[in-house]
Amino acid sequence: MSKNLGIRAGIVALVIIVALIYLVPSLTKNLPPWWSNVLPKDKIHLGLDLQGGIHLNLEVEAIKAVESNVERVTEELKPDLRKSKIRYLELKRLSNDTIVLKLMRDEDVAPFLEMFRANYPDFDPGTASYEEGKPVFHVTLLSKARERIMKMAVDQALETIRNRIDQFGVSEPDIRPGEGNRILIELPGIKDPKRAIALIGKTALLEFKLVDEDHSVDEALKGHIPPGDEILYETSIDRKTGQRSRIPFLLEKRTLLTGEYITDARVQIDSRYNEPYVSLSFDSRGARLFENITGQNIKKRLAIVLDNKVYSAPVIQDKISGGRAQITGRFSMDEARDLAIVLRAGALPAPVKILEERSVGPSLGKDSIQKGFRSAIIGGILVVLFMALYYGLSGIIADAALVLNVILIGSGLAFFGATLTLPGIAGIILTIGMSVDANVLIFERIREELRLGKTPRASIEGGYGKALVTILDANVTTLIAALVLFQFGTGPVRGFAVTLSIGIIASLFTAIFVTRVVFDYLYTVKRMKKISI
Amino acid sequence: MEFIKPDININFVGNRKWAFLLSGSLILATIVLLVWRGGPNYGVDFTGGVLVQVRLDQPHSPAEIKDALRSINLQDSIIQQFGEKSASEYLIRVRKTNVELTGLSDRIKSALISSFGKGVDIRRVEMVGPKVGKDLRQKALFAIFYAILFIAIYISGRFELKWIMSGVMALSLAAVVYLTSSFGVSVTWLIIIALLVTLGLCWFLNLKYALGAIIALIHDVTITIGAFALTDREISLAIIAAFLTLVGYSLNDTIIVFDRIRENARRFRRRPFKEVMNESINETLSRTILTSSTTLVVVAALFVLGGGVIHDFAFAMLVGIVVGTYSSIFVASPVLLIWERKLEGKPRRARTGEKNKVRVKST
Repeated sequence: MSKNLGIRAGIVALVIIVALIYLVPSLTKNLPPWWSNVLPKDKIHLGLDLQGGIHLNLEVEAIKAVESNVERVTEELKPDLRKSKIRYLELKRLSNDTIVLKLMRDEDVAPFLEMFRANYPDFDPGTASYEEGKPVFHVTLLSKARERIMKMAVDQALETIRNRIDQFGVSEPDIRPGEGNRILIELPGIKDPKRAIALIGKTALLEFKLVDEDHSVDEALKGHIPPGDEILYETSIDRKTGQRSRIPFLLEKRTLLTGEYITDARVQIDSRYNEPYVSLSFDSRGARLFENITGQNIKKRLAIVLDNKVYSAPVIQDKISGGRAQITGRFSMDEARDLAIVLRAGALPAPVKILEERSVGPSLGKDSIQKGFRSAIIGGILVVLFMALYYGLSGIIADAALVLNVILIGSGLAFFGATLTLPGIAGIILTIGMSVDANVLIFERIREELRLGKTPRASIEGGYGKALVTILDANVTTLIAALVLFQFGTGPVRGFAVTLSIGIIASLFTAIFVTRVVFDYLYTVKRMKKISI
Repeated sequence: MEFIKPDININFVGNRKWAFLLSGSLILATIVLLVWRGGPNYGVDFTGGVLVQVRLDQPHSPAEIKDALRSINLQDSIIQQFGEKSASEYLIRVRKTNVELTGLSDRIKSALISSFGKGVDIRRVEMVGPKVGKDLRQKALFAIFYAILFIAIYISGRFELKWIMSGVMALSLAAVVYLTSSFGVSVTWLIIIALLVTLGLCWFLNLKYALGAIIALIHDVTITIGAFALTDREISLAIIAAFLTLVGYSLNDTIIVFDRIRENARRFRRRPFKEVMNESINETLSRTILTSSTTLVVVAALFVLGGGVIHDFAFAMLVGIVVGTYSSIFVASPVLLIWERKLEGKPRRARTGEKNKVRVKST
């Protein structure tokens, strides 16, 4: 046994050194520059519950993307039918993936099918049924295309949100797809969760629509909305009284231009009122469209609509070329800045819904760390004192193993890039209590062997030998529970599972391997005659 | 130093009737309490809703806060003092799922500001939509179930070298779960059915150690849930983590006792199982009490000093450790004894052979 004692002591020393190297970055704020060049510099990652921040679980309402795709195809069909000289009585979106088309003449059926199959491979025209002698088609979106659109919507939403958060400026954001159409977002250290959520959740669909000035808004409000029109509102807040008012607008449903052609959006300050506004630049195609629209509708009002809210509806004074526009709307500086971000990053392909939100203020996180560590230290000291009193020198050896165990957990967290959460601190505390268990088991066995009249060396040999199987069995089951936890858990719970698992494995090493090295040294090399246990 | 003398010999097994009576009445009390309360007190993690932790600059009574929330129609939310009395921190829980949850915390904040003035600090918001709540509930139940199943498999394999049997158990259980879930049974019932089937399988496949361990686990978790219901604490995600940990912990204890029973049963083949068992429990008693008390000390430190967020978690561990220690002595092992009775009922050649030897010795 004493032969390979040197090797074992070497392993222990090596583990301690490596563990300390990994732990140092988490303990000090300013590492010397030579350290970061050669040695690990990753700190223990703190969970949102400890450093403050928000966790969001969003669902992309991808079916809305399908719906708008079908809506767009419905619009596109109209000129195509006209071009092919096919006359129709009715053409509209029926449900989120079906279009109904009623043709006027029976002889148009064949040319329609030919044109349709050539241009719209994502759709199945089906066969014509007859209604009052007129052929009717129920055109449906193929399920494969539907899946593709939905998946694309989620991917695109993920990308857009990532863009927005990058521009907003958050250190170490974590944005990843969840199950189904969900997106998980973790933003540590956010000071203003409300603003971040607004920024992420905004669909930011920018549309330019004409105001219908031929009909009266009041009539429309009574329910007589002219066909092809809709009512949208402008919300304005009076700066002095803080009163909100809603102004209705009667708009043409048709969208003339959307935000997809925007290349840049910046905050600028109006020199007259000293108010911020957002100036937009379009790409060449958008600029041409904008020029046409403004040129054709001089003296009419053009409404700028964002997510179905009217921001302003200025009168077009002249044809605007150069591809620039501006959105005014009594913004605060933050609002204007966030609006510019979402317009630059682009619209979400479909609205998102917040399914879950957890936010922790930074002060609460600090409290939690402080209290958690305080109870860990006090609990730890009690256990250390108890072990020393109860088992004498052996207890002190176990205490040393316990301290090493805590160091190993800390460096393990840093090494695996795991996250320390508040339940994780509880996990460490629990491990402090449980890791002495292995030593208690061994020591009790050694006492039993001593009682049978064996020599110290033989008792140590027997004690370790017999306790080993039991210790392994007992810890494997806890490890199973921890692994199951890891599988099902999110955030803090996962952090707990990781901490507990690292703690169990570290405690097996310290309580069995490390203490054995010390015992062997004392009783075989130093040949101590009496065991203090 | 020694607390427990090595020659201690308490008749644990002989007094098992009292233990069964105690455990039985605790479990019964839990069930009655749960039925009376209409199920466990789930937190917003599982019901869906909003939890807001708010710090005010002056103490206000929960009734005052409720009044303040009347303007946004949340007067029936649950208000609770949080942490130390002097901190004037409160938890506001809204379990309604028919209101718009997004932005609710902002509305709560502005309602409080308009009643109490500035100095309203929102420290924590947990908003869980009904869909996610349901997901989490299912996941949590499955997690507890899988933990127990895997542990049963491991114990059967390790203690009785019946890896194949435990494999059979796992497969049949998977089949049962698959079949029942295809009938659209709710998850709670699914888990209850699955647990009963697990117990039944353990019984018929002669997996006695697993049976004892699982009964002890169900016992521990049930009583801890009862303690939660009694003290009106909520079961949140973190609490489920605590339950799973105490499943692991309680098992730790049970296995150490089982290990000794197995070892002694091999050594003293001729002595009645009952005696061997009692001796094993006594031999491991010192360790059981020591480890439980060190763990209890640290968890108590966490309970007292750890702060409000972790308070309930520590409470679950505290109760779980006490109950888990008790169950590994008084519940898990006596179940093995019931098993012996079952075998006595239908004697086999091996058993009768052994018994004859005992009789020879006693004459």
